[in-house]
Amino acid sequence: MEPALNTPELTFRRALKEGRFILQVCDDTKRAVFYPRVISPWTGKSLTSWSQMSGQGQVYSTTIVRRRPDRGGDYNVAIIELVEGARMMSRVEGVAPEKVKIGMDVIAKIISSPEEEPMIVFVPQVRSAT
Amino acid sequence: MTSNLRARAAVVGIGTTVTWNNPGQSSLDQLAIAVQRAAHDAGISLHEIDGLFTSTLSHLMPALSVAEYLGLRPKVIDGTNIGGSSFIGHLSHAVMALEAGLCNVACVCYGSNQLSAGGKLATLSEPAHWEVPYGPRFPISGYALVAQRHMWEFATSREHMAEVVVASRAWAKLTPQAFEQSDLTIDDVLASRMVSDPLTIADCCLVTDGGGAIILTRADRAKDMPHPPAYVLGTAAATTHRFISSMPNMTTTGAVESSKTAYSMAGLGRTKLIFYSYMMRFRSTSFYFLKTSGSAQRERVGPLLQAGGSRRVDSFQSIRMAEVYRAVIRECTAYSH
Repeated sequence: MEPALNTPELTFRRALKEGRFILQVCDDTKRAVFYPRVISPWTGKSLTSWSQMSGQGQVYSTTIVRRRPDRGGDYNVAIIELVEGARMMSRVEGVAPEKVKIGMDVIAKIISSPEEEPMIVFVPQVRSAT
Repeated sequence: MTSNLRARAAVVGIGTTVTWNNPGQSSLDQLAIAVQRAAHDAGISLHEIDGLFTSTLSHLMPALSVAEYLGLRPKVIDGTNIGGSSFIGHLSHAVMALEAGLCNVACVCYGSNQLSAGGKLATLSEPAHWEVPYGPRFPISGYALVAQRHMWEFATSREHMAEVVVASRAWAKLTPQAFEQSDLTIDDVLASRMVSDPLTIADCCLVTDGGGAIILTRADRAKDMPHPPAYVLGTAAATTHRFISSMPNMTTTGAVESSKTAYSMAGLGRTKLIFYSYMMRFRSTSFYFLKTSGSAQRERVGPLLQAGGSRRVDSFQSIRMAEVYRAVIRECTAYSH
């Protein structure tokens, strides 16, 4: 039997299939790294540890990609900054595209992509009044 | 030690195609027309070119394809593709190769049949692996995300950005060969079809055919060429990211670093410059480079554009663009001596 391939991207995707959002964390800077890779882009050292993400983040920037209604209508594309420091492209769901604002608190949700591969999207985080 | 390269090489010939919709012509056909014109302008035989610096969107190995088409056997080739800034990158490399004596006549050139080949961005680019699943429209959504962030951080408005589009059109109307000549107002831009908020179809770059080329030699030879040489005083590139989700800071471009390096190489400050030309893939985002390359105060870019700061065209009105470039380059050179 061939040994299972183990690459940073495969580790990330396998976890997603199990419903877990994990990323590598740079040992020196303690920042989470997106996208998964072999070495830290900040130190050049090997990335050895994975960490469960809290899923919490903020909208860093956002756009509405316009699309004809008969092709599915407009949709959101956003850059999300995770509280763990990584930044990634995603979208904010559960709210109209034009309601997505920079600075908005969001939380990650794992869904199936059109290709049935799990992918990460975000929904607005409802904060309890304090 | 980049200062060693200051004014060591010069542009001695320039050439472009004169029309921007050339059905049936390949990107190499158009590139070849431009190179031929540039060689003629420099008063050299095309086959004297022994340093070739080129890139297209349609060739995986552009330096080989271009050399083959032109019948060149260059001693130095560089096919670095960094998108629209490829040719500024090539300029640096050409100056280095000339100064090192690796070649004697360098040509930086480009050709495209993007318009007649379909009018949509046709590219060999690999898909953005970590972005494609979310459906950004390439490349406009990347620029849209940058523009949104800029609007949020600096209260830049769509009207501010539309000023740049309108100013670009005003420049175009002074240039007989320009592709777009019709009147355009701020309201027209704001009312244009939205593509990826906040950018409309009017904010998007033109997709055209065409070719362009410049010929460079070392400064000693440049003195004896038909046209006054345009010395390369400062040139630089900076590297930050490939795809938008990895841009370190969306309101600070690599132009901050590259402009500092170029000014430093030239021994000039921005106050000495009389002419700026930005590569404006998306016209309204040029405000962004104005800001980041230090030619305007960060917080004041919007009002500056609104006041027409990007279209002081009076003194150039009666001159053809080629002469404008020569005049400007001469002026800049004069400042430095």
